[in-house]
Amino acid sequence: MTDNSISNTISPGSVVFSARTVTKVYNMGEVKVHALRGVDMELYAGEMVVLLGPSGSGKSTLLNILGGLDTATSGHVTYHGRDITGAPDKELTEYRRVHVGFVFQFYNLIPSLTALENVAVVTEIAAQPMDPAEALALVGLGNRLDHFPAQLSGGEQQRVAIARAVAKNPDVLLCDEPTGALDSATGIVVLEVLERVNRELGTATVLITHNADIAEMADRVIYLSDGLISRVHRNERKKPPHELRW
Amino acid sequence: MKGQALAIALIIASGVATFIMSVSTMQSLKLTQATFYKDYRFADVFASLKRAPEGLQTRIREIPGVDRVETRVSAAVNIDIPGFPDPVTGNIISIPDIGEPLLNKLFLREGRLTEPFRDDEVVIGEAFAGAHGFTPGDKLGVIINGRRRDLTIVGIALSPEHIYQMPPGAFFPDFERYGVMWMGRTPLATAYDMKGAFNDVTLTLSPNANVNDVIDRLDELLKPYGGLGAYSRKDQLSHRYLSEEFRQLEQMAAMFPVIFLGVAVFLLNVVISRVIHMQREEIAVLKAFGYSNFDIGMHFVKLVLMIVSAGVITGITGGVRLGQWMSNIYMEFYRFPFLKYELRPEIVVIAAFVSAAAAILGTLHSLRKAALLPPAQAMRPEPPATYRETLPERIGLKRLLSQPTRMIIRHIWRRPVKSLLSVTGIAFAFAIMMVGSFQGDALDFMVYVQFGLSQREDIAVTFVEPTSGTALYELQGLEGVEYGEVFRSVPARLRFRRRSYRTAIQGLRSGGDLQRLLDTDLKPVELPLSGIVMTDHLGEMLGVREGDLLTVEVLEGRRPVLTVPVAGLVKQYLGVSAYMDLSALNRLMHEGNAVSGVYLATDSRYLPGIFKKLKEMPRVAGTGIREKAIAKFYETMGETILIFTLINTLLAGIIAFGVVYNSARIALSERSRELASLRVLGFTRGEISYILLGELSIFTLAAVPLGFLIGRAMCAYIAANLKTDLFRVPLILESSTYAFAATVVLVSACISGLIVRRKLDRLDLVAVLKTKE
Repeated sequence: MTDNSISNTISPGSVVFSARTVTKVYNMGEVKVHALRGVDMELYAGEMVVLLGPSGSGKSTLLNILGGLDTATSGHVTYHGRDITGAPDKELTEYRRVHVGFVFQFYNLIPSLTALENVAVVTEIAAQPMDPAEALALVGLGNRLDHFPAQLSGGEQQRVAIARAVAKNPDVLLCDEPTGALDSATGIVVLEVLERVNRELGTATVLITHNADIAEMADRVIYLSDGLISRVHRNERKKPPHELRW
Repeated sequence: MKGQALAIALIIASGVATFIMSVSTMQSLKLTQATFYKDYRFADVFASLKRAPEGLQTRIREIPGVDRVETRVSAAVNIDIPGFPDPVTGNIISIPDIGEPLLNKLFLREGRLTEPFRDDEVVIGEAFAGAHGFTPGDKLGVIINGRRRDLTIVGIALSPEHIYQMPPGAFFPDFERYGVMWMGRTPLATAYDMKGAFNDVTLTLSPNANVNDVIDRLDELLKPYGGLGAYSRKDQLSHRYLSEEFRQLEQMAAMFPVIFLGVAVFLLNVVISRVIHMQREEIAVLKAFGYSNFDIGMHFVKLVLMIVSAGVITGITGGVRLGQWMSNIYMEFYRFPFLKYELRPEIVVIAAFVSAAAAILGTLHSLRKAALLPPAQAMRPEPPATYRETLPERIGLKRLLSQPTRMIIRHIWRRPVKSLLSVTGIAFAFAIMMVGSFQGDALDFMVYVQFGLSQREDIAVTFVEPTSGTALYELQGLEGVEYGEVFRSVPARLRFRRRSYRTAIQGLRSGGDLQRLLDTDLKPVELPLSGIVMTDHLGEMLGVREGDLLTVEVLEGRRPVLTVPVAGLVKQYLGVSAYMDLSALNRLMHEGNAVSGVYLATDSRYLPGIFKKLKEMPRVAGTGIREKAIAKFYETMGETILIFTLINTLLAGIIAFGVVYNSARIALSERSRELASLRVLGFTRGEISYILLGELSIFTLAAVPLGFLIGRAMCAYIAANLKTDLFRVPLILESSTYAFAATVVLVSACISGLIVRRKLDRLDLVAVLKTKE
């Protein structure tokens, strides 16, 4: 998948992702685990979606398939109309490199690189990146540029991870339990950063959580259980993160 | 873990195998030697002389400390073998007319000893027989004292005196052109004009006898009869070569296993530390369930012992095979009648115990850490590893480095000791390769210096006794002889203060072209017109410097004792000779124009004709054809060197592969999480491979210069230990040796890199992200 095939300029409200009857079956030894049993969903440009569901409901699997980290067993996933189902590794790598920003529960920073370098490692290979220092300033870490991960708190590490994810100017931001390893106060700071990125940069954001309170900051909430979408809910009013409590 | 354990086990196996091989070969050869010496009554003291009446034997026997005495007749002969054009020389030694020799008994491989008083029978040495395919019943012509005799071979034998056989004055064995043989005393004495006399005596000592006293007394007795100086076993040529070989084996037994074991211990330490680190949660759970520190420790000790056992068992099996194989190779060079291969159980026990002890000691630190970790702490995830900016970055190189390159450098910098040991481990692979090739390089160089720069004649003709210098003209008149130079060789004992050495003084014509003396830079130097020049090693042994006055006790003719100034030292790798201008030497000897022989430069097309003519000259005692001897020697050595190179390549490959592979696997295990994170962020496989393999490349490349240094140091150590008056091994390493070592190590490193790269391609991105470190 090349830059030519997927436009970087996205008009608000256009469909970014579309998943059609996506299933995923894991072979765990003799047992087959049906992680997704036929999921249909869309993600629109600029929106903030929360995927909500208990452990094992298939939300991480769905996120990984959307992000090109995993492939669906059946069904189709399109990104801006382009089918990424079954794309070869090389194309998926390019896709992740150019279009997708990831944030994980355990931050996944490079311990040998400073905050600035952790961002720079991505901007060095990106097509239209922002300045790494600017990205860190965006997440409120403008004064921690030269700190190594070991010198940062969990919340700070997660904010570096967010800066790293947004610094390449991705079309979508995929966040898997970004507050899962943090206490609630720190978690809220992280969510504020995500909210700000979504608002200021207009990056479509998918956020996975099993915490129903966080769902209140989303435009839409997609409920997953047992590998199926059980319900989709549109929030009439998005709550700013600082109003959230858990 | 499987691959890593295998790699470590292989390294241990290599160490154990080299140890078992060297020690068992050495012990087997020593046992074989001791058995052969004892059963065949190898003498303790040897002496040659001009001629003494048989009655002197009684007086020799009366020397305190002498046990048995046997007098002999020994004759240098020319041998004529039908269908073999080259000149062949030999040494015929008498055996009693009836019965076996008292000392230095013969081991009959085939046939029988000579029948009493038969003057047409001869027993020949096995090496000589083998080179020409002789069997009992074959005939050969022997020129004794200028008269040809046709002798029938009746037996093929081996003697404890001639386990290693070298033509006199030569530097290589040449079984085709030099033979040892035995004949009845009476017929030999008759032919050699030694009736009722002897010119060789050997004796054994009673227990507690002082060998030096006996030698002094014997020399005293033999002096009036042209004694050439008695010597003990330790100066007996065959015995000395064997002793040198044992010393080399001892060195190998000490050096190689230590390297392998050292590398194995380091790798075990690294791998076990990593395993413990990765299993810290399991360890914590076990401890929470009530397992004691000792139980946990023992679990890992068992793991270490399993790896060590696999290595030790493979090493012993391989070592025994190699030992038997190597002993058999030695049998080609050393003529033992039998080989008693033995592997003493204590050697196996030592190998196993030392390997196990070293391995456990090496992992003790990590074991302790595992045992002492409080369970609660072990179950908590570890904080991110601490990194710092490195020195190269702080001095301003940082701007030039991409983030992946910074990752590589900081990772190396974070554990400097481990990185350094990895580099050292790979460096040893280079060193082992270099040690393997070093002997070949040194040998080539010694041959080049000796026969390319110094001794440049095609043929060396020696006369039966000192002859008039005019003999040169007769030889120069032969068709195909281009040029000739005379030489004189005088046996002498050189004394300086309390040190002395028996050698021969070579009288050469100053300004000669066929025998050149070389200075330390291997540039030809003129032989001074007065004074004595000697090999630097001889100078060192005597402790003389240029200008010192040397006492020369001539052991020939009227046996004058002279004082001669040392005019200089020259470089020579083989033997220990002293040189004088021929005229000056003859003046000192009160001889006119006497020569011992002639060096000839010839046109090789005429060689057969020249050999034919030389064989017909009664005064010619021997003809040395160096080129053929060297060629033959290389031919024999070639196969052995090739196999040794192969083994060394394998050993070096195992080390290089083991170290690189383990470093790579550990690095992969330590960094799979961050590499997977980078893959998720859109890094390609090639880009993350760069991070992992870049580190290994730096290790391997850094190991190149270090390896060359260590290799050179090891070769220098070997060379220093091989320094004897027989030969000095120069520290010469050809560039091809460096290149070959580098190739083997780099290829091994690349192979392990490729294996790890394949694992990198199969990195499970999703699984890595789900787990916390």
